[in-house]
Amino acid sequence: MRKWLVEPDFILTRDPDRCINCQVCVRQCANDVHVHDEEADLVQSDSEKCVGCHRCAALCPTQAISIEKASLEFRPNGNWTADRIRAVYKQAEGGGILLSGMGNDQTLPVLWDHMVLNASQVTNPSIDPLREPMELVTYLGRKPDRLELNRDANGKVSLATELAPQLRLETPIMFSAMSYGSISYNASFSLARAAQAAGTFANTGEGGLHKDFRPYAKNLIVQVASGRFGVDPDYLNVAAAVEIKIGQGAKPGIGGHLPAEKVDAQVSATRMIPERTDALSPAPHHDIYSIEDLRQLIYGIKEATQYTKPVCVKISAVHNVAAIASGAVRAGADIVAIDGFRGGTGAAPTVIRDNVGIPIELALAAVDARLRDEGIRHQASIVAAGSFRSSADVIKAIALGADAVYIGTAALVAMGCHLCQKCYTGKCNWGIATQDPMLTKRLNADVATRRLSNLLRGWSLEIKEMLGGMGINAIESLRGNREHLRGIALSDRDLNILGIKAAGE
Amino acid sequence: MDDAQTIPDDQWRPDRHQKSQRDEKDQSGCAICGLLNEDGSLVDGGLIIRAIANMHDRSNGLGGGFAAYGIYPQWKSWYAFHLMFDHDAARRQTESYLETVFQVAHQEAIPTAHLEVIRQRPILVRYFLLPKEELRARHYDLTDDDIVMMNVMHINKTIDGAFVFSSGRNMGCFKGVGYPEDIGRFYRLDEYQAHLWTAHGRFPTNTTGWWGGAHPFGILDWAVVHNGEVSSYGKNRSYLANFGYQCTMHTDTEVIGYLFDLLVRKHHLPIEMACQAVAPPLWSRIEQMPPAERQLLQTLRIIYGGALLNGPFSIVVSHAGGLIGLNDRIKLRPMVAARRGASLYVASEEAALRLMCPSPDLIWRPAGGVPVIGRLQSQPQEVSVA
Repeated sequence: MRKWLVEPDFILTRDPDRCINCQVCVRQCANDVHVHDEEADLVQSDSEKCVGCHRCAALCPTQAISIEKASLEFRPNGNWTADRIRAVYKQAEGGGILLSGMGNDQTLPVLWDHMVLNASQVTNPSIDPLREPMELVTYLGRKPDRLELNRDANGKVSLATELAPQLRLETPIMFSAMSYGSISYNASFSLARAAQAAGTFANTGEGGLHKDFRPYAKNLIVQVASGRFGVDPDYLNVAAAVEIKIGQGAKPGIGGHLPAEKVDAQVSATRMIPERTDALSPAPHHDIYSIEDLRQLIYGIKEATQYTKPVCVKISAVHNVAAIASGAVRAGADIVAIDGFRGGTGAAPTVIRDNVGIPIELALAAVDARLRDEGIRHQASIVAAGSFRSSADVIKAIALGADAVYIGTAALVAMGCHLCQKCYTGKCNWGIATQDPMLTKRLNADVATRRLSNLLRGWSLEIKEMLGGMGINAIESLRGNREHLRGIALSDRDLNILGIKAAGE
Repeated sequence: MDDAQTIPDDQWRPDRHQKSQRDEKDQSGCAICGLLNEDGSLVDGGLIIRAIANMHDRSNGLGGGFAAYGIYPQWKSWYAFHLMFDHDAARRQTESYLETVFQVAHQEAIPTAHLEVIRQRPILVRYFLLPKEELRARHYDLTDDDIVMMNVMHINKTIDGAFVFSSGRNMGCFKGVGYPEDIGRFYRLDEYQAHLWTAHGRFPTNTTGWWGGAHPFGILDWAVVHNGEVSSYGKNRSYLANFGYQCTMHTDTEVIGYLFDLLVRKHHLPIEMACQAVAPPLWSRIEQMPPAERQLLQTLRIIYGGALLNGPFSIVVSHAGGLIGLNDRIKLRPMVAARRGASLYVASEEAALRLMCPSPDLIWRPAGGVPVIGRLQSQPQEVSVA
């Protein structure tokens, strides 16, 4: 009997007529799938180690490699699916917690796909964004409920309102928190540069701010998470905004663990921890055991930054997310980021990633409605996160009430990520979620920056087209405008929570 | 007693004037016009009727209406409520409610003419009201205007078959289902003298005619006639809800009236700035402004993003202090304006303008987002708080 009962996920086939024995695949695979047999002068492949990242196939000069899902079938069973059987084999073998990278991969309904947008016909001309102005400019931060003016003796008015600090976005899309450490230097660098080029923001995650990225700090949101890695007054003051991370959609309620192998000299210096030690983020902030403690941290950060920066609180979408968001706003948050259960991660227990939290669509609708009911919606901006796969998802989120969105996975995919979900191994063949110098050098920062900028540009153009179709020429007129959404194949309860009508109504 | 038995004729009438079965958003094309004598001199309704009739083809007979200012000088400090009732039961219920919260100085049927073409008219009554002292004492934090608005919303929302379509002082809205020139004759508007008139002819595409759904939309002394569609309606409605405005009239025009009430009456913005909030300059233009102006406009736009009216519109907003003509930012609906002496005229088409004012001193086509503002000279420059 074999020691290892888990059959490979993929079957890798090499076409001997095409293979020229160049060994590119051997050099490209960090998982050691491909080995060059010196004696036979042949490349052998071990499918069992293949994660399906396509790196070898993508770089094979003769297209000799094909990768298919393994077809070794269990007896069909709707309850005990192959994934569940394999998970038990793995745990029976190792006795540990199973890990995953990226977001929830289960086939639960994606509500974005059950919502459709409106367009103008006859009574309302659609607007062509190629000929008419189309405004996506978005300001994030606390707004007063009214404008105050000074009037001089002649009745001439001037501005009296002093606005709370705001983030100005040229397009309502930001890069979500991904720490240097979980992703490579070049990946972090590319995100910062693309954010600057597009007039938006990238979030450093909890990994601190590498000294090389400081020139881009005006387009960076720095994170204060439970591990407080890299946090000092300079870190807070150099950034555009500060985000307190309470939760992450992929793993609500638990902390983080950057394995020691990823903590090289640079990561160590940036995180302010010893080299080659595990970076452990506790599950809670140990100075936040309730809402009043959050208020203290928010105002601690505001004091430390002389009230010049918006403070964001990021929470994961859990059952009572609306009440928590309301509490965060009343505690002084200028921006509330909500991360839905399909949000990504570098590493999370699979069981938590796949079973804890609620979809961003419902969480966002509930939070927006709750803040409006309480009359405090203008006091904070809402940023939605948790798997935006296209510009359509983004514009639907804005119509549901989001001020802007965070994209994480889409940005990684733009840089070359193939969603193999093995970020936690540190062996990312695409040079993104790794610190191995042999691998990180594969990601060219100039190319990655360009690809990220292209993605933002493409999505922004698409958003303008859709807005114009609705006869709207400024994004603020769509924000929370649920009249422009209709639901398809949703229950009355879902429609009610989403606050939208059914298609045909 | 069973209501239906008391009003037998309602049983066989198709209730075209009832407020049921309506869409929330009113999609329509339309004709609008307005005239203001800034010196306060009065003119009867004949002229504005002829002007709106000159744009007959812009409406389809499913709604017409007028607003007139200065028409009730004998009751000028009292709120003039114009109500339409579907049946006597609604009238009785409304009147007993009005008596609990208001002093009623006078009430009478709104005079109408019998016109072959105007059919299925509701019961039309006007009341001259002020909040009772005990109500003022209970709502010590509210102005009379606030109390009146609260009660208008209450009646329109809760009393079935009753609808307040005008609630300002020394002004009134007159509207119904029909071509506007017929509605004008029906209400005998040539018998009223006003310094400010606006008119509307409606071409709805998705609603059957409902008397309350005709324009102007009136709340307090605001009256709005509107040609266009508010694509930002959902946003504006939820934004206004933050400030206690409940949209109960199922027409997108309603949000325009509430926005001006919020911006001018409650937030004390100058009229020009209120117009810049609902039709702001482009960000790219704001960037190019001198620093003080740039900062002001930036702040205005950041705070009042929810007040931006998107979609094609031309509107005439009238109030005690004067008249505002405004187009959407990229001018997707027509509007022309003219001046002669102390008189200001606006209309959808030059044909109507020339009819009101054959030899203007000045005639122009206002650019998108650039307001035409007329001010009654006897009034303070801005609407004061009651």
